Amino acid sequence: MAAADELTFHEFQEATDLLAETPDASTTSRSDQLTPQGHVSVDLGDSYGAEDEVEEESDKAALLQGEQQQPGFWTFAYYQSFFDVDTSQVLDRIKGSLLPWPGHNFVRHRLRNRPDLYGPFWICATLAFVLAITGNLTLVLAQRRDPTIHYSPQFHKVTVASVTIYCYAGLVPLALWGFLQWRKGIRERMGPYTFLETVCVYGYSLFVFIPTVILWLIPVPWLQWLFGVLALALSSTGLVSALWPVVREDTRPAAGALLSTVVLLHTLLALGCKLYFFQPLPVEHVVPPPHAMDLPPTTLLPSTLSRSLATT
Amino acid sequence: MAEATESAGDGGAASPRPLFAGLSDITISQDIPIEGEITIPMRSRIREFDSSTLNESVQNTIMRDLKAVGKKFMHVLYPRKSNTLLRDWDLWGPLFLCVILALMLQRDAVDSEKYGGPQFAEVFVTLWFGAVTITLNSKLLGGNISVFQSLCVLGYCILPLTVAMLICRLVLLVELGPVNFLVRLLVVILMFAWSVVASTAFLADSQPPNRKTLAVYPVCLFYFVISWMVLTFTPQ
Repeated sequence: MAAADELTFHEFQEATDLLAETPDASTTSRSDQLTPQGHVSVDLGDSYGAEDEVEEESDKAALLQGEQQQPGFWTFAYYQSFFDVDTSQVLDRIKGSLLPWPGHNFVRHRLRNRPDLYGPFWICATLAFVLAITGNLTLVLAQRRDPTIHYSPQFHKVTVASVTIYCYAGLVPLALWGFLQWRKGIRERMGPYTFLETVCVYGYSLFVFIPTVILWLIPVPWLQWLFGVLALALSSTGLVSALWPVVREDTRPAAGALLSTVVLLHTLLALGCKLYFFQPLPVEHVVPPPHAMDLPPTTLLPSTLSRSLATT
Repeated sequence: MAEATESAGDGGAASPRPLFAGLSDITISQDIPIEGEITIPMRSRIREFDSSTLNESVQNTIMRDLKAVGKKFMHVLYPRKSNTLLRDWDLWGPLFLCVILALMLQRDAVDSEKYGGPQFAEVFVTLWFGAVTITLNSKLLGGNISVFQSLCVLGYCILPLTVAMLICRLVLLVELGPVNFLVRLLVVILMFAWSVVASTAFLADSQPPNRKTLAVYPVCLFYFVISWMVLTFTPQ
């Protein structure tokens, strides 16, 4: 059997040697290393204390040892890591934002420190289009009641809506994250959120406005304001309860100022959307005189606001 | 016949034996010569980039491309699970459809009312930017479809909505009224469903199974927005 020697594969020889040396070798999987972190997030509300920070650090260290080097920001795989979610996880996060429980922190419990960009991006896109479309639909319904109103598709509202929503969901978390980083020194116990986690909190908190905007089609004013206030309250509760553990150790004026600014900006967004997208234009402004076309559209807006506020 | 001889494994419990120990003892008898022919079946549809297509008449070239585009249109109109759109992708069809849709959707005159329907550029940019965003989204979620294949499928599946736009424009020539609106609404809803079904038939298999909904939802949103633009078109 001289041919047998020629036919042995040398790689197998090495593999058999290796396996012979370490018969108990086993591969570790990522899921094993994730479960300790899942264990941390089950800890309940009162003990956002030192244990959280210490366990967080050790878990992060364990993860970093097991994981390979994070790909650079110029590679596609880096951005793919932000979309590493399943359908069930996205639905779970949406549910978590709709039902903010004071004890369960959104970032720790729902995000599990794995923020994603899919949710915020598509929730903002949906909200922008739903705003523009339902705003246009109110014009249709208004025309039914009052045939003198001229209907137009108002495509410019899509641009306005998308710019507003995306700027809000992108710039406000940036400012908030910068502020929290700046105040990081004061906080001993709980680390600040990463930028993506802040974006996630804001993005998922905007989800509750989508059904609200659809419900704003009902042409009953007090019902519209009621829905608006309810949605705003739910959304702000989600934001505040997500931010409270981070802000709690800060000085009282700073914490108060931060939380009230957050709620105020959210209120301004809701109010602005309601007033801008859901006011049917009166007849005179549909065909402007030629010289008025040079004016920016914002000058038309306050006059329509005052006129419509006077008539309603 | 080739014979394999293996050393008798006398109980692995007695002494730890390395794995694959018996592999080195397999022998193939040398009595049987191995011979034969290896042929690679020639692909009959190889497009050869040599002088044969350079010398052909322009009509041949154009008809060939038009036939390819027309074949894909038929695949969209009768969506079955097939790979034609994916395998032989091209972007002529999507360009043609987007230009026609944008030409039909733009508002009639520049000096018509300022806050009316979209301009040509707005529709065109919305269509292509939306398609690119959806493609990026499905790539980031881990789909195994290439960028141009995805753009090709999304572009071709606008065909039902373009047909709906044509029908709506014809219906709008008749007098306006609630019946008119209902007919347009029904046509647009039907074509929207057709577009979504056609594109999911092609795109759904490229995603991992637990992320299919995440990849299909933006497609539905995209076609919904286009349907809205088609439905709210009002002639000036």
